Amino acid sequence: MILIHCPYCDEKRAEIEFAYAGEAHISRPVDPSTYGDEEWERYLFIRANPKGRHHERWRHIHGCGRFFNAVRDTVTDKFETTYKAGEPRK
Amino acid sequence: MTRFSAFSLFAKALGGHKDWPEQWPDAAPKPAYDAIIVGGGGHGLGAAYYLAKKYGITNVAVLEKGWIGGGNTGRNTTIIRSNYLYDESAHLYDHAVKLWDGLSQELNYNTMYSKRGVMMLAHNVHDIQSFKRHIHANRLNGVDNEWLTPEEARAYCPPLNISPDARYPVLGAALQRRGGTARHDTVAWGYARAAAALGVDIIQNCGVTGIRRGVDGAVEGVETTRGYISCKRVGVSAAGNSSVIMQMAGLDFPLESYPLQALVSEPVKPTFPCVVMSNTVHAYMSQSDKGELVIGAGTDQYVSYSQRGALHIVEHTLAAICEIFPIYRRMRMLRTWGGIVDVTPDRSPILGKTPVKGLYVNCGWGTGGFKATPGAGDLLAYTMAKDEPHWINAPYNLDRFRNGRLIDEAAAAAVAH
Amino acid sequence: MSGFRLPTGGRVDRSRPVRFSFDGVSYTGFAGDTLASALLANGVMLFGRSFKYHRPRGLLAAGSEEPNALVSVDRGPGRFTPNLRATNVEVHEGLKAVSQNRWPSLKTDFGAINDRLGMFFPAGFYNKTFMWPRSFWDKLYEPAIRKIAGLGDAPTEDDPDQYAATHAHCDLLIIGAGPAGIDAALEAAGTNRRVTVIDEQDEAGGSALADPSLWQWLERSMKALNDAPNVTILTRTTAFGYYHDNFIGAVQRLTDHLPDDGDAPREKLWRIRAGEVILAQGAIERPLVFAGNDTPGVMLSSAAKTFANRYGVAVGKSVALMATHDSGWHDVFALAKAGVGIAAIIDVRDTVDADLLKQAADLRITVKLSHSVIGVSGRYGVKTIEIAHNDGTGIRSIACDALLMAGGWTPSVHLWSHSKGTLKWCDDIGAYVPDQPNENVRCVGACAGACNFGQGAVIDVLPTPMDQSRIKAFVDFQNDVTAKDIKLAVREGFRSIEHIKRYTTNGMATDQGKTSNLNGLQIASTALAKPITDIGLTTFRPPYTPQTFGALAGHAKGALFQATRTTNIDSWAEEHSAVFELVAQWRRARYFPKAGEDMHAAVNRECVAVRSSVGIFDASTLGKIEVVGPDAAEFLNRMYTNPWKALEPGRCRYGLLLKEDGFITDDGVSARLAPDRFHLTTTTGGAARVLNMMEDYLQTEWPDLNVWLTSTTEQYAVIALQGPNARKLLEPLVEGIDLSAEAFPHMAIREGAICGIPTRLFRVSFTGELGFEINVPTAYGRALWERIMAEGDRYDITPYGTETMHVLRAEKGFIIVGQDTDGTVTPYDASLDWAVGKKKLDFVGKRSLARPDIVAAGRKQLVGLLTDDPNVVLEEGAQIVADPNQPIPMKMIGHVTSSYWSATLGRSIAMALVAGGQDKMGETLHIPMPGKTHTAKISGMVFYDPQGARLNV
Repeated sequence: MILIHCPYCDEKRAEIEFAYAGEAHISRPVDPSTYGDEEWERYLFIRANPKGRHHERWRHIHGCGRFFNAVRDTVTDKFETTYKAGEPRK
Repeated sequence: MTRFSAFSLFAKALGGHKDWPEQWPDAAPKPAYDAIIVGGGGHGLGAAYYLAKKYGITNVAVLEKGWIGGGNTGRNTTIIRSNYLYDESAHLYDHAVKLWDGLSQELNYNTMYSKRGVMMLAHNVHDIQSFKRHIHANRLNGVDNEWLTPEEARAYCPPLNISPDARYPVLGAALQRRGGTARHDTVAWGYARAAAALGVDIIQNCGVTGIRRGVDGAVEGVETTRGYISCKRVGVSAAGNSSVIMQMAGLDFPLESYPLQALVSEPVKPTFPCVVMSNTVHAYMSQSDKGELVIGAGTDQYVSYSQRGALHIVEHTLAAICEIFPIYRRMRMLRTWGGIVDVTPDRSPILGKTPVKGLYVNCGWGTGGFKATPGAGDLLAYTMAKDEPHWINAPYNLDRFRNGRLIDEAAAAAVAH
Repeated sequence: MSGFRLPTGGRVDRSRPVRFSFDGVSYTGFAGDTLASALLANGVMLFGRSFKYHRPRGLLAAGSEEPNALVSVDRGPGRFTPNLRATNVEVHEGLKAVSQNRWPSLKTDFGAINDRLGMFFPAGFYNKTFMWPRSFWDKLYEPAIRKIAGLGDAPTEDDPDQYAATHAHCDLLIIGAGPAGIDAALEAAGTNRRVTVIDEQDEAGGSALADPSLWQWLERSMKALNDAPNVTILTRTTAFGYYHDNFIGAVQRLTDHLPDDGDAPREKLWRIRAGEVILAQGAIERPLVFAGNDTPGVMLSSAAKTFANRYGVAVGKSVALMATHDSGWHDVFALAKAGVGIAAIIDVRDTVDADLLKQAADLRITVKLSHSVIGVSGRYGVKTIEIAHNDGTGIRSIACDALLMAGGWTPSVHLWSHSKGTLKWCDDIGAYVPDQPNENVRCVGACAGACNFGQGAVIDVLPTPMDQSRIKAFVDFQNDVTAKDIKLAVREGFRSIEHIKRYTTNGMATDQGKTSNLNGLQIASTALAKPITDIGLTTFRPPYTPQTFGALAGHAKGALFQATRTTNIDSWAEEHSAVFELVAQWRRARYFPKAGEDMHAAVNRECVAVRSSVGIFDASTLGKIEVVGPDAAEFLNRMYTNPWKALEPGRCRYGLLLKEDGFITDDGVSARLAPDRFHLTTTTGGAARVLNMMEDYLQTEWPDLNVWLTSTTEQYAVIALQGPNARKLLEPLVEGIDLSAEAFPHMAIREGAICGIPTRLFRVSFTGELGFEINVPTAYGRALWERIMAEGDRYDITPYGTETMHVLRAEKGFIIVGQDTDGTVTPYDASLDWAVGKKKLDFVGKRSLARPDIVAAGRKQLVGLLTDDPNVVLEEGAQIVADPNQPIPMKMIGHVTSSYWSATLGRSIAMALVAGGQDKMGETLHIPMPGKTHTAKISGMVFYDPQGARLNV
């Protein structure tokens, strides 16, 4: 059970307090109707799924309730950093 | 290839087993092949075998970065069934089940396909509705699947707790009698041996590091840890690592890779006669020929290639097993392990051509790929040989994520109201 | 007979004799004995049968690495445990142990025929045969294989024992309380760190327990640790797995060693998060590989020392040693000093330390250097051993009744490897040792490779003049893997150690290779003519030793497996004989049968009551979300398919929620209480999912919106009052709300009080009748329910459950998300076009509705279905075809999603998803069931009161 640092609570807590929420920095278009089928497919379904550095979202669902972003290595499962939603990609 | 039989075993025994030949030679890569399969699991080895056997393409290499069968093939709970809901799925998985039947004889390698029956438990009204839907659809598709009352379910599997006072009482079950298990390693080894006998090179410790494409965009060959290999037809069957390989060809895929754990108990004498699955309680179990209770756990929630899962997943799985089978509380967990499962948005596989000419893919099997092994191998071989998908795998294209024609078995089964 | 209790010595309590039985024979041991030491003291050498060849086996070890001596322990009804290591079972008064994997008895086992035929069963034999004739596999071969395989019997009754679980946190966790672990603990005891020390044995001390010269130190040290307030010591506790971020799983055995456990939990799971971990797990001695090395009486040299010094038991009266390592010599010297007769020391090495030779000479022990044991005679116990010079000459016999093996030491790097620390090969000791850590962890003592036991030679198979392909020299004792099996695997092309392991099953037994992995590696390395580091190492995986399912399940059993959510009114339903159903985590009343009624009779009665007078229904499980803020309407407008901005305060609207892929995920009626406040409802199962989804969009996509979301599901009890008499019943109870049709129309909300309780009163209907949903603070739910029941008596008020609710809503064509939709259904498929805001530029899922397949013709659409025979109630899930006479596989065009007997209409009704269904009105379709094909016509979905006349009153 990994430990996760919540950037809002500024505490490292056990994974069972958190819900994983998929790849980070995939923004919903302001006007989806301008997206072609291929762009929309990319938004909906295409994921980086890298072996290594991964930008991902977590929600401190049994804590402050906030969504935040993280960089984690998917080979070692170790977090490089976590940061608040809205902050630029790290 | 030395034919395996009771007689050959007897004859070799008299000679102290000193002259058994290699089951497959340890091939070194040649400069060029007619077809390359990336990934030496059951699916990839099966594809190589069928390419050689059915389509006459024998100048084939299977490239495996580690040892064959060392990925999900050798790490899964070996459940075989085909009682899927949608026509596309029923056709796909039943194609595989039909190939399982007789595979030992075809490969001359005992894959230990054991038709022990796969029983799926219904714990609420919604489960009943969903299972009945499956059963009726299966019946009209010619796939066996039948409804059992709780008493009938316990008669089929005596350790089952059908007390109405259980937290999740058993309200009935769907049984596919042709379902069962097989011995995972032997499937990989059997295909490897049979493919090698037909001329296929099984190349281990050979990781693919790049896919070279020509000016027309088509595949020209693969870069590997053991040098460049020229080839115009490359099939990727790399399970959890599929995203990584496809990115070498410049393709982003609708895949995510998650850790999936499984575990076995210490071996005991025969006690558990079939395979039981419960989606509602999140548990599935069978007993291996060796006597171990083989138990599948759930996926961890985050993307990972670590082949390592968390303890709380195992705790929950064993709590679920003990709820359904309270007589096993004193059994002991012997070994746990983790695999990497590649999951698509609709949890159905992608099996067919890719936007890159000469590049074919078989991935996205999630937690259910083992049962499809012969079928996936056969269909990948067909697609590579004909440069077009077989009608069975045609729906499993990449386009469905664009046009919305998803094949979402889980969505059809698992929505609570 | 060999084995006996030494006149003195050991840590057993000779003043406390303990009676126990093994295979029905009574024996006496002492408190402090294990089953192994006590049986050995009674001269028992035969403990079990091996897995494959059913060979007779004795003890190999004295600890948790024991592969052979597996027994079952029977503690009474439901308390049968198979596969326990006799070396870990503590004897107590009345202990009942039995041997296993034998029939009819341990001494006479028919399964041993496998041993005679062993030459036909080499590694992987089952891959090569049992294929002909094909039909024999299922019926004959496989059942026979299974019967022979397996070890003990599985339990057959429910386990009455309880298991506990806890979380623990410490600054320093020390795993292993041997000399190295104790030293580390002593050092930390003086600091202010919270220290936890765990050890798998019943007593801390580890290897010191077998060394009387350390007992004083041990006693002193343990006193210091026990007195240190910051140190916690857990014995009988096995750290079985090392997980991410210094998370360690351990199981403590609490009562199995007691004759009577009362009501105490049997085992306890510890989930420990440690700041730093020190691994002091020690090392395991390696057996030697030679013909006959599995004969009962052949065991690890260190085990013999442990039996003598810790338990006061000699493993034989005349003991020989086969050594490749100095440590065995020291063990034998200790045995000799304890009064055990020593037959000889045989060492494969040409030279050993002069001091060893001198000590042997002083003790008058015969020494044979450059020699190896090449055979052991005696089937159930060692009678003589045969030795030869390494060049094959000089074969001679030595009489003895036990043979010790000293093959060097393997550091226990199991947990280190779980933690993903790296290993490096150490030639000096012929083993892998810890290299780079992956967590805040370090190894101390023998598990770090610091084995201070002298020198040794690393050797794969002892030299023998015999044909190695004909002898059984065991590597994995339990799984019967021999050296020649490993060589066969290599010959057959298995080169990776993982392949060799899987082909031969070496290291896959219940000891997980603790004594076999390194020998297997050495043999494979020789056979492949490759350095050991080139063939890899199998992965160490949790658990370190097998752990009980029940302990891992912990408290999660029965009602605690998963909480059952119940409403405030649930207890009333239970008292009134409701039949319940589980919906997501909730328990809901399904129907309220009166005496003699089955479900259909009860539901028919309940339905008629609602349509003719008034029914009462507990709707508290519906999800509820309070949406507040100046941008609340804008937010809902973006989430739901419907328009929300123009909804006036005091009015309600049906809301339809899609996922971004365009498929329906939830629905519910929601009310606007004020310009900036909404009361949302969701489906029972969807509440958490919907709130999470809304939070996701709000926090990450539209953080500029000024909106708060609060789950209020459990804040309100909800009572639905439905039927033509609902208003009349309610009117006298309500204060501050005008219930008249004009003042309070359908799809409106008012706030006021009912029976003095503040309420949010909805005028909504999921039945098609005049109806209200009364929201009151949860704690008032049952009280209000009872008051309404009492007041409703004059209208013959009828409580109804979810089944009646389903029928009533189906008569009106209202869908249930999750039953009539299945995650692949769009609003258009569900005939809910009216709920999609046509003028809205965007909402979640809108773009997906324009995808090619979603707009294509022929999609499955929700329609009504009326059977030609009105008495036929179709089965939910039944499949629909256009042509019933086609062969299988049939082309299926849809399925029945909902189907009921409608007492109101006097016929069956159904809803179905049918391809192109909305264009097939009136067409006849077929529903092929086993034995009969039903016919039905497609209809609209509203079967009752299509004008809604009953609603708008």
